[in-house]
Amino acid sequence: MALFRLKRTLKLGLKSLWMHRLRSILTTLGVIFGVSSVIAMLAIGEGASRDAQEKIAQLGSRNIIIKTVSPPEDKSSLGQQQRLKEYGLTYDDAERFRGAIPGVRVLVPNRLVSEQVQYRNRRISIEVVGTVPWHPEISPTQIVYGRFLSSVDTHYKQAVCVIGDYVRKELFLFDNPLGQDIRISGDYYRVVGVVNEQTGSDNAPSLAGNSNAQSGGEGGANLGRIYLPLTTVRNRFGDLNIQISSSGPKLERVELQEIIVQVQEIDRVLPTRRSIQTLLSRFHKKNDYEIIVPLELMRQAKEVQRIFTVVLGSIAAISLLVGGIGIMNIMMATVSERTREIGIRRALGAKKRDIIIQFLSETLMLTLCGGILGIGLGMFVPLLVTHFSQMRTVITTGSLILAFGISAAVGIAFGMYPAYRAANMDPIESLRHE
Amino acid sequence: MINFREDFEFNADMPILEMRSLCRNYQLGSVELRVLREITFTINKGQYVAIMGPSGSGKSTLLNLIGCLDRPTSGHYILGGQSVAALDDDDLSVIRGTRIGFVFQSFNLITQLNVVENIEVPMYYQGFTEQESIARAIELANMVGLGDRLEHRPTELSGGQQQRVAIARSLANDPLIILADEPTGNLDSQSGLDILNILDRLHDEGKTLVVVTHDEHIATRAERIIKLFDGRIAEDIYNKR
Repeated sequence: MALFRLKRTLKLGLKSLWMHRLRSILTTLGVIFGVSSVIAMLAIGEGASRDAQEKIAQLGSRNIIIKTVSPPEDKSSLGQQQRLKEYGLTYDDAERFRGAIPGVRVLVPNRLVSEQVQYRNRRISIEVVGTVPWHPEISPTQIVYGRFLSSVDTHYKQAVCVIGDYVRKELFLFDNPLGQDIRISGDYYRVVGVVNEQTGSDNAPSLAGNSNAQSGGEGGANLGRIYLPLTTVRNRFGDLNIQISSSGPKLERVELQEIIVQVQEIDRVLPTRRSIQTLLSRFHKKNDYEIIVPLELMRQAKEVQRIFTVVLGSIAAISLLVGGIGIMNIMMATVSERTREIGIRRALGAKKRDIIIQFLSETLMLTLCGGILGIGLGMFVPLLVTHFSQMRTVITTGSLILAFGISAAVGIAFGMYPAYRAANMDPIESLRHE
Repeated sequence: MINFREDFEFNADMPILEMRSLCRNYQLGSVELRVLREITFTINKGQYVAIMGPSGSGKSTLLNLIGCLDRPTSGHYILGGQSVAALDDDDLSVIRGTRIGFVFQSFNLITQLNVVENIEVPMYYQGFTEQESIARAIELANMVGLGDRLEHRPTELSGGQQQRVAIARSLANDPLIILADEPTGNLDSQSGLDILNILDRLHDEGKTLVVVTHDEHIATRAERIIKLFDGRIAEDIYNKR
């Protein structure tokens, strides 16, 4: 019985909505756009935040990254640019960290050089990393073939290298790279291993923005890396960087581009950061380093995400409010248009409750249709966004449920008043209504 | 809640409708308008009553009271053994739905619904099952001669046909009284005649009819005429047929 009544009520509602097709569609549009924009915006926000968090997580939550940055030029040196510029982290810094700071589990000094790498007739520009054998401990590198650098390599300053997967694809295509020699800056190095770097297309977290600007000439695409023993790099490339620019050659002397420190426990990260800061400030008069703490970045990213959610939530609330008002408006018009029908129904035995149910179900149908179509559109828009702007978007089930729930709530909230008005009309008056 | 669905057996002498000193006043600003004053009458089962009177005599108000669309200011109204003067809105709705069948001057069909669905409306609110309701609606449509128009919308029907749908609808819940307000007022004479014939037939079948009208022709068909004047019953005549 109840099922029959429900069926009838819905059928009746559909019928009268169908009779005013254009009106129903226009009314629903408000909800459609409201719901779809909520979903789309949440998807974009979620995508951005996951992107950022993943990139930060790749830096390692227990890691502290100290990077060399080119210090701001002081006025006195402006005139004499050709002078040798000396700045940045040093081997001494690394030794001091190791000796003076408690709780350091792993310490990896890296020397980065941008070089041309050649194998047979293929040649690419790549970042060469002079590092230590325990480098894999601080960043998620997987050895695919062969081995990583060993302490023997370091000790004897061997001319060996470990290449990233990208480099393997670029230089060797389908050849087996192990045991092959590649040429870097005039010298030949034997490939002893291939690692799979999980860094994305760029390893700088976009959310961290300018605080994480890449140091020196290394910026931009960092598609792949070649790892050499640190000692070998120091021996063969020296500490000098020469940059030829329009204003003439520029000489820089930088020992280490970065030092990555990993602490024992996650709550040691911030104290250790402070110790490092104190230590560095004593030996570096120029502001030629920066300390990046992925953990902090992650917190910041979460904070940003929270603000994002609040802002999006308000936008959603406003757009759905507007949609809801539109619906209420239309339902008021519908009610006054159908005054006579209401009078007839009341005379034929409809209770106030029956009239409320009738109009409320119409409003609900409008908003739920709008909600469903809005979800469809809302799932489609992020695809477009991803397709055209390469931005990552993630649609969560939560956002779908939220949007649908809100549209239903809007239907009830804004349908209630017109339905109530309809139910409380005097049957005698409404029967007389033209 | 009262159980309205239980069926009373009424004898011919037992009044189906009883009004005692019924008054209805309207407050118009500071003036109290006394539209009905001390109306007292009874209607027995199976009677065919015409209520007549000039405009402003209180016909419509009386009709609304009989139809339980309105509540009296004072007095008693007993319908089918149940005092309805003091019932709340929901109970009045149930009374209207189960005990009264309305036939209006302007038909008052619901335009979105077809013939069968219109006849089903009163049953819909009383909780019939779908099969019951459709079967009964079709049966009633056949009875008023619209068996071939079941799927038509009111706009596709003539005035006479629409009024026949309305009569079928008024019978849907097998009411105690059929209350007709100028049922032929919007019809040409031939259609009007058809409607009157149907009403006669219902009367012959033992239905209780109350018809409000200006039309002496209708009045002559009724077995009893109540004439209202200035809110009072001026005459209460039994016709010889």
